[in-house]
Amino acid sequence: MSMSAPVLEVERLRVHYLTRFGTRVQAVDDVSFQLNKGEILGIAGESGCGKTTLVSGCMGLFIPPLYHSSGDVRIGGQSIIGMDREQIRRDVLGRKIAMIPQGALNSLNPTRRVKDLATDMIVSHDDRAGKREISERLRERFERIGLDAKRVLDAFPVELPAGTKQRVVIGISTLLNPELVIADEPTSALDVSTQKSVIRLLFDLMDRGIISSMIFITHELPLLRHVSSSIAVMYAGEFVEYGSTEQVIFDAQQPYTRALMGSMLSADAGQRGKKPVAIEGAPPDLKNVIVGCRFAERCPSVRSDCAQHKQELRVVQLRKVRCQYA
Amino acid sequence: MPELKFQARDVSRVFGHGKRAKVAVDRVSFEIRDREIVSLVGQSGCGKTVLSKLLLRIDAPTSGELSFNGQPLAKVSDPRQHFRKVQAVFQDPFSAFNQFFTIRSQLESCFHLFEPKPSKSEIAERVDAALLAVNIKPREIDGKYAFELSGGQMQRMLLARIFIIRPEVLIADEPTSMVDACSRASILDYLMKLKQELAMTIVFVTHDVGLACYVSDTIFIMHQGQIVERGAPERVTGAPESPVTRQLLDDIPDVHRNWLERGERASG
Amino acid sequence: MLKRLLRSPSFLFGFTLFFGTLLLALLGPLVLSLDVEQRVGLAYTAPFPGHWLGTDHMGIDMFSLLLQGLRASLYVGLVAGTVATLLGTLIGLYGGYKGGLVDDLLTSVTNLFLVIPTLIVLILLSASLEEGRSLSLIALLIGCTTWTWTARAVRAQAASLRARDHVALARINGFGTAHIVLLHIMPYLLSYIFMVFILQTASGILAEASISLLGLGPYDSISLGKILNEAVQNEALTDGAWWAFAPATLLITVIAFSLYIINTSMESVFNPRLRR
Repeated sequence: MSMSAPVLEVERLRVHYLTRFGTRVQAVDDVSFQLNKGEILGIAGESGCGKTTLVSGCMGLFIPPLYHSSGDVRIGGQSIIGMDREQIRRDVLGRKIAMIPQGALNSLNPTRRVKDLATDMIVSHDDRAGKREISERLRERFERIGLDAKRVLDAFPVELPAGTKQRVVIGISTLLNPELVIADEPTSALDVSTQKSVIRLLFDLMDRGIISSMIFITHELPLLRHVSSSIAVMYAGEFVEYGSTEQVIFDAQQPYTRALMGSMLSADAGQRGKKPVAIEGAPPDLKNVIVGCRFAERCPSVRSDCAQHKQELRVVQLRKVRCQYA
Repeated sequence: MPELKFQARDVSRVFGHGKRAKVAVDRVSFEIRDREIVSLVGQSGCGKTVLSKLLLRIDAPTSGELSFNGQPLAKVSDPRQHFRKVQAVFQDPFSAFNQFFTIRSQLESCFHLFEPKPSKSEIAERVDAALLAVNIKPREIDGKYAFELSGGQMQRMLLARIFIIRPEVLIADEPTSMVDACSRASILDYLMKLKQELAMTIVFVTHDVGLACYVSDTIFIMHQGQIVERGAPERVTGAPESPVTRQLLDDIPDVHRNWLERGERASG
Repeated sequence: MLKRLLRSPSFLFGFTLFFGTLLLALLGPLVLSLDVEQRVGLAYTAPFPGHWLGTDHMGIDMFSLLLQGLRASLYVGLVAGTVATLLGTLIGLYGGYKGGLVDDLLTSVTNLFLVIPTLIVLILLSASLEEGRSLSLIALLIGCTTWTWTARAVRAQAASLRARDHVALARINGFGTAHIVLLHIMPYLLSYIFMVFILQTASGILAEASISLLGLGPYDSISLGKILNEAVQNEALTDGAWWAFAPATLLITVIAFSLYIINTSMESVFNPRLRR
């Protein structure tokens, strides 16, 4: 394992799942990206675009009905495709990559105290740690992330307010100091002040060296302006634009990205009154094989042959764009 | 048509009693004029949802006076009278519908408000017309249940109800927060269309200041049960007087501002 | 959902056990030759061919008595369970949905009944009805004194459902309490109510066994509890006539146990969060 190997490398990954009736849905179709130590990648997309499936793929969690179709995922240079599930659970999950799941607020088991849930995390990866050692570790870590350790550790999740719960979830997920944290919509159900403190917490963990890289997933593209160094916009299982934050936010080239930025409503004096862009319809059903551009039927700048040609990612203005007319 | 749709004087809503009492709405007073669009804006727990329920009359204030069209709400004998004129759309389109009955039957059930109830064929016609008004082909939802449609479609079902009932006032509780960015604008379009066609007064409840600014004539900023600031969007965001408003504006992750200071920022 | 239930080993185990005893109770008399009148031996004769469980203090075939008692106990359990569930559900639903003063009132009533020791009430009521203590009356009594637990449980569920959006929607459609409770709250609680019913039946069977053991059971029928009562009264224990009390005790235990297992397995299927 070389020192300069990227923390995560995804190469032409394709993931599909089988519905109850046996139909194959290609949820992730040919996605490639690289994440180096210290970087934050933002993945933006609507619900159903495949971002959560992509995350499962990155962690090697191909549990039926989810299957790996093709492509490679390498963590620290080592491929995890084909690794057996037990090995992934032991070596990868929690240790190298930790995930903060969507709807994290509800993912805490309501029938157990926080300290028990946290202890589970440690114990399932490290049988040797003694009870007192664990207790001390938990207290120290929770204090570090700004929680009243004594009160929070003894509480049941239902007794804690939303913001605290989110911190607890982040705290538990990062207990083993994973190299990479994947945060799946960590700010969705929260109001703006809490959103800010959660993001601040994540940055804090990075600054302290507890986590070194992050993938931040959200459906609110503008939020990534303050979070990530690079952004990938996902639509219908593919990346449609992939570049630096500055490029994607301020100079979007792909029509879908433009639409996402255009649907933003700003309180800023200069932006007010700007009518948000409406995109009718819904993303294509991935059960069917799609010929041509997947955004064609909703694209405001669609041309006559968009629906015939498969769109590839090409470099336009120093970033990758999936559109032949960008 | 009376000038003032809603009039509130020292309205409070307290939950529980004694030491454990929680004051959700704290002696608020305000006026909402006919055809005005007002947004109740604030963070979670500020009381905006509770206040909206008081206006909708599915909850009652513990003290103070609240009137609609000049009549005190407490004196309304048949709730259906109020609901014919004041309706709502909710935040989570999926939980707004009963999962055991078809969508169509639930749309038809809003005719319970009308006395006398129209004939079956008229009901079917009006439901179809409402669906078309929100760009849904009636045949598309035949025999379907809530979980079989998308979030955007379900939200439009809630709007279709409004087209059927044609109330004077609409209370919209976070109508776009659970909807994707692309569908957000079209939901807002439908709401504006509703306002035009039906000459409605709209009360928006939202934590999204940007949204409030875009749609409203007046914004009420709420904090801990009180209205701490009110005024036109330009004034409230341009020259905020309350520290609560200032903090709120500061916390919005606006693309153009430096929103969050960071010690060490990773380079791309 | 049903499929998941059928795949749960504990559910299948409990269900088979209970269903087995039910079948025994229903079909037994038709298939086997039972006789609770005829003396077939001396008092407390040990098991012998043809009468595998020996005889009671009057020389009557124990097996026949046991089966008769099983039918009676199951009957009381199911009737008491039904009455308790109905009563508790109605009270819980109404109080939970309405909230406010009505809820406070009903909760106080529930708490009152909760605090009064059920067994003592049953004993007193039973004792005061010297004659006419039929199985049905006993079942009714048990039902009317054990509904409190159900009321509390259902009330909590109804109160949490009340806050749901689809209930608010029904209200702004102008519908009243009855309509909303029946169509918008009940359907969401059906599986829960069913589980509650199972537990109430189990406790009904145990309650009957208890009061019958104390000699306050049905006047004119045989129940499992009564069998135990007779065993105690006629000193079967000291005589070592195990067949007079052990099988009855075992049967009561098995029925209650199987019902509890069914309930627990249903709980883990209907409430998957508890499984993690």
